[in-house]
Amino acid sequence: MILSPGATAPAFTLKKSPNESVSLSDYRGRPVILVFYPADWSPVCGDELALFNEILAEFQRHDAQVLGISVDSVWCHKAYAEARHLEFPLLADFEPKGDVSRRYGAYRATDGVAERALFVIDGDGIVRWSYLSDISQNPGADGVLAALEELSQPAGAGSAREA
Amino acid sequence: MSPRLTPPVGARDHTYGPAGARVTLVEYGDFECPHCGAAHPIIKQIQSSLGRDVRVAFRHFPMTKSHPHAQHAAEIAEAAAQQGKFWAMHDLLFAHQDALADQDLVGYAETLGIDPALAVSVLADGRFQRRVRDDFASGVRSGVNGTPTFFINGERYDENVSDLLASLMEATIDVPL
Repeated sequence: MILSPGATAPAFTLKKSPNESVSLSDYRGRPVILVFYPADWSPVCGDELALFNEILAEFQRHDAQVLGISVDSVWCHKAYAEARHLEFPLLADFEPKGDVSRRYGAYRATDGVAERALFVIDGDGIVRWSYLSDISQNPGADGVLAALEELSQPAGAGSAREA
Repeated sequence: MSPRLTPPVGARDHTYGPAGARVTLVEYGDFECPHCGAAHPIIKQIQSSLGRDVRVAFRHFPMTKSHPHAQHAAEIAEAAAQQGKFWAMHDLLFAHQDALADQDLVGYAETLGIDPALAVSVLADGRFQRRVRDDFASGVRSGVNGTPTFFINGERYDENVSDLLASLMEATIDVPL
């Protein structure tokens, strides 16, 4: 089961390049979109990540940061991001393998890869929306955008949050 | 429940076929996308099989980061639309997916009797950029997750494109007169 809305998003620090790491806490105060996906180079992932890449401007309107996460290594991510002109970080959940994916309930042990799962985390580090997709289907971005729009509503405006 | 088309087909859309058709098929497409190119003859087949029972609409969903010519191709189609030539340009672009650089686009405009100087200036000043991005934004909200994505009577079609004709024929039967 993936983490549900209301859960505290597990903290993590992962490499985004051979020399740099990012932590979830780096984005405190801003929404974060976590895009777990099975593998670099596989066709559906490509479409999914290409879509998120294409609509970064929409996410930026909400000051939200997109982070892709798979069990691939930083070198694989680097080649993939360059080939596809991806303009958001891909994080390597590589050692211990799948550790972060597991903590979000988004690890597919039978295949040894991350599930295709989406999380929207608010500026306080609380999961506000999550979605587990069929592994062979591109989940699209409409759910993420709707969640971000709800986050942008003023507090107490009837949102479903229970912290 | 599949995602629904937002907004529904309206006056701003490029449509082909009668407004009162039993089925409306909307495509979100990218002129540089090979899958859209492969779907093009299937759509043509649908139009010839269903005739006046189907209305087709096309909305732009250019994946500009992977397809460098897709945005300008969409804009030149909008320029053609201003002269009532959207579908002629749409067909030309899909017929020449391997040649969509700016000078090619200007050439297609000229082929259709559009002033090439106008075509050049349209691409330079980006006057149709907004129109294209509005289509794109509507696609994102409607649950478009790649190209091509189709909607049958407002509902997203998640099956194989090659089964589209059969699904549409079913839809024409389901819709009450």
